[in-house]
Amino acid sequence: MDDLDRLRAVFRSTLDLAPDAPDADVDGLEYRAIPQWDSLAHMSLVAAIEDEFDIMIDTDDVLDLSSFAKAVTLLDKHGVVTAG
Amino acid sequence: MSEPVTPVSSMPSAPASAAVSASVSASVSASVSAAASAPVFTSVFTLRQREKEARLLPALAALTEHHRRACPPYRRVLDAIGAAPPWDRVADLPWLPVRLFKTHELKSVPDDRVFRVLTSSGTTGQRPSRIFLDREAAAAQPRALAATLRQVLGPARLPMLIVDSRSVTRRPTLSARGAGVLGMMSFGRDHAFALDERGELDLGAVRGFLDRHGGRPYLVFGFTYMVWLHLFEPARRHGLDLSSGVLIHSGGWKRLAERAVGSGEFRRRLAEETGLRRTHDFYGMVEQIGTVFLEGPDGGSLYCPDFADVVIRDPGTWQEAPTGTPGLIEVVSTLPTSYPGHVLLTEDLGVVHGVDDGVWPGKRFSVLGRLARAEARGCGDTYGRAA
Repeated sequence: MDDLDRLRAVFRSTLDLAPDAPDADVDGLEYRAIPQWDSLAHMSLVAAIEDEFDIMIDTDDVLDLSSFAKAVTLLDKHGVVTAG
Repeated sequence: MSEPVTPVSSMPSAPASAAVSASVSASVSASVSAAASAPVFTSVFTLRQREKEARLLPALAALTEHHRRACPPYRRVLDAIGAAPPWDRVADLPWLPVRLFKTHELKSVPDDRVFRVLTSSGTTGQRPSRIFLDREAAAAQPRALAATLRQVLGPARLPMLIVDSRSVTRRPTLSARGAGVLGMMSFGRDHAFALDERGELDLGAVRGFLDRHGGRPYLVFGFTYMVWLHLFEPARRHGLDLSSGVLIHSGGWKRLAERAVGSGEFRRRLAEETGLRRTHDFYGMVEQIGTVFLEGPDGGSLYCPDFADVVIRDPGTWQEAPTGTPGLIEVVSTLPTSYPGHVLLTEDLGVVHGVDDGVWPGKRFSVLGRLARAEARGCGDTYGRAA
């Protein structure tokens, strides 16, 4: 599984999405645009991304992490290869 | 406190940049974005009073004109009291009584740009305040709060012990207390809750947290009276060592005053009996979300971040009270761009202890408690009728 797929899997599982939710739907996710991605889920999401990719996300990046696309950018910043 | 609520909201607040609305003048934009998107390690406790006044005055004056144009009820208030520029000092700017947000819908953005509406819980029988945020304001406020707390927490998220129950963070019963806890959780990691679902001390959870993280700095957060009742008391009873903790707390001293515990005793006994020496009270309100006044490491005084300030007013003459003389607390901040909350007269009494004479520059002050209800009623009347 490439890094983008791992990240999608983290989003699907943390936000209680259907396991077969299309990639395009996951890739378009934004904070608070769906009921499941609320502030409590956000903390779970941050923790799950940290665990999955073994990175530490600082406070400013927690605040910035407002979409799937931002999560991809964040992984890039931490040197996680996301291109697959 | 104007409300028993932590002035933070869930984060991140918006899938939007922290850029400030283009409708606000350039000077405001510069000042707000400097506060809201400060790079890591940049302090927001840097300005001596003279410099702060020189920067805040044009920014706040521009916000006054912005809200005058964009918020008709606010314009009617300014018209009714004859408020017009130029203003020579921050203390000359027209203020709104904070309770107007309970009785009036005050917003400076069209309905279709309202992204979040924050409400205060209020005390029994009161209507809650309603605060309208557009995406930009919603994005800016947690960043400003983060920049403020970074002063004592550093840039990394610390392991976090929350002196509350996990259940307060669950919707749909989210209380103001729960919203406060949730908002603060972004500043921590590996969160542990000191209370179980019934609100009883979960000693195992606290001991487990200290075993995992006790040797290095960690964040402790809770409402002031909760910390005293549910962390201090058990910690001394069970001999817990809290010496690596950094405590952030808020909520006011009213409930502890009944036990004759004030700020000084709180700090002294936490330090002596649990080792918890780094404690920081803060003061803020939902009506000025994202702005908090933070107790410095010297203890006993609250300091104002660079983008905010306080003016203490004599409740009889409304003139600014001299240093050392108690009065009503007016809070000013450049953060409120989507609602006219940049200059607010609270119903709290406070006193400025000194200016540019503490560990951080600017005014240092204390909150002394609420103004009695009967005294407060008069001051909102003129404004309420006008708006």
